[in-house]
Amino acid sequence: MERARGSQLASGLLPNQQFDPHLMLQQLKSLLIAFAVLAGGLALGRHFLMPKTFGQRGHYRAAAVDAIEKQPVHYAGREACAACHPEIVDRHSKARHQTVACEVCHGPAAAHTEAPTENKLPAPRTRGYCPLCHGYDPSRPTGFPQIDPVAHNPLKPCITCHNPHQPEPPHVPEECSACHGEIARTKAVSRHALLAFTQCHNTPLQHKVTPRLVRPDKPRTREFCGGCHAQDARSPKEIPRIDLQTHGSRYLCWQCHYPHRPEGD
Amino acid sequence: MGEWKRDAREPSEQISGSRREFLHTCSLAAPLLLLGLRAAAVEAWAAPEAAYNAREHYYGMGVDVARCIGCGRCVEACKNENDVPREPYYFRTWVERYVVGPAGEAEVDSPNGGIAGFPPKPSEKGVLRTFFVPKLCNQCADPPCVQVCPVGATFATEDGVVLVDRDYCIGCRYCVQACPYGARFLDPRTHMADKCTFCYHRVVRGLVPACVEVCPTGARVFGDIRQRSSPLARFTRFNKIMTLKPHLNTKPKVFYAALDQEVR
Repeated sequence: MERARGSQLASGLLPNQQFDPHLMLQQLKSLLIAFAVLAGGLALGRHFLMPKTFGQRGHYRAAAVDAIEKQPVHYAGREACAACHPEIVDRHSKARHQTVACEVCHGPAAAHTEAPTENKLPAPRTRGYCPLCHGYDPSRPTGFPQIDPVAHNPLKPCITCHNPHQPEPPHVPEECSACHGEIARTKAVSRHALLAFTQCHNTPLQHKVTPRLVRPDKPRTREFCGGCHAQDARSPKEIPRIDLQTHGSRYLCWQCHYPHRPEGD
Repeated sequence: MGEWKRDAREPSEQISGSRREFLHTCSLAAPLLLLGLRAAAVEAWAAPEAAYNAREHYYGMGVDVARCIGCGRCVEACKNENDVPREPYYFRTWVERYVVGPAGEAEVDSPNGGIAGFPPKPSEKGVLRTFFVPKLCNQCADPPCVQVCPVGATFATEDGVVLVDRDYCIGCRYCVQACPYGARFLDPRTHMADKCTFCYHRVVRGLVPACVEVCPTGARVFGDIRQRSSPLARFTRFNKIMTLKPHLNTKPKVFYAALDQEVR
């Protein structure tokens, strides 16, 4: 009895139900139809609802990428200019502005390359443009050539003295402050204000012509500062003195005192 | 296994038969081959450059903070190239000025994205260090903006650029909120999300992005991350590299050199 009941349950029938193959076939058939309708509906929905190019290259519409690729190009690139303006490009490529692309100052040039006479490019001639890069700003990296637009030959447009394609100054600078404005400004309000730049830096004349190739030197020893600040230095009395042997002997002077503003506040 | 079928013909007959067949095939194939060659030649004439294959590339950008002079030419070029609204607050790339005071507190400003340079900012407290940082979409390898888009309108391409599908964006701003770098905005004209595309339309033509093209000091470098001979590979080889907010695991592909800890 127990065994019979067990086998009935195992066949999926209730205890008082008889196994009917016709009923089972009917059930299977209706299940299959339901499944087919569902699958067909899904396939149809997918066909009509999913964007056409979706999934061709990834989980997105390939057509969207194609649309973005078709956007017009406005900046032609610096290589485009050489074909018609070889002399300027040649001059420019040897000068200090060689890293500055033509389109930085002249604006987007793609339209100009297609119709050179109809689409002329502007050239900034006003005094306001160059200081965008060369106006003094303490946030700019040290060594980048900067001038004070208020003090540097006021009212003259930059291009009267500097050719933007070859912007080397027309004559060598007379003062160090022409290029090293930040240091000059700092030093001017410090106790070292009256010291000449050349007091501490031996500056070869060639530095004014090729500033990056020939550089001024810097003091290297504690004794150099000691020349004025050591106990036994032959210098005016009001200059502060230290004992070179004991005062911060592990360090070089400029590791604590910035020489262009040595107060150390 | 069936037995190997033997040819019942005489050996001489066999050879001549196959030779005849061969010659016949050749006579048929020759004009076909010529036609094929001609078609290939015509094709080569029509398309001298191979079509762009996104799978061969994986792009990134390098930014050398120590070289940025804050001239804002990249912002100007980006707006020109990509038709970004001219009014403030809509930027695909922008430049920030950091001024760190003596106590270590950082002040950040970006007047109109730095498009017209930075007016001098007198600081009462004094300055410890100060610098400019160009910012743009970091083209994350694991982009949060793509995850949150409810309609799948933003996606990463095979070459690693995150783009917006303009036909499917519904302008819900989820991606604008999800971006930890503030690199996305809603275009006021189309009411759709917009962002830096690495100038995708330029890149597929073999050009560099507009901001890289105009950067006068070479503070921006663009190239293939995987390709060893790209300028970007050199940049990442010779600099100490940092990315923005690395703890978020977004895996940015904009690599910063000389980045200050105050920059986020």
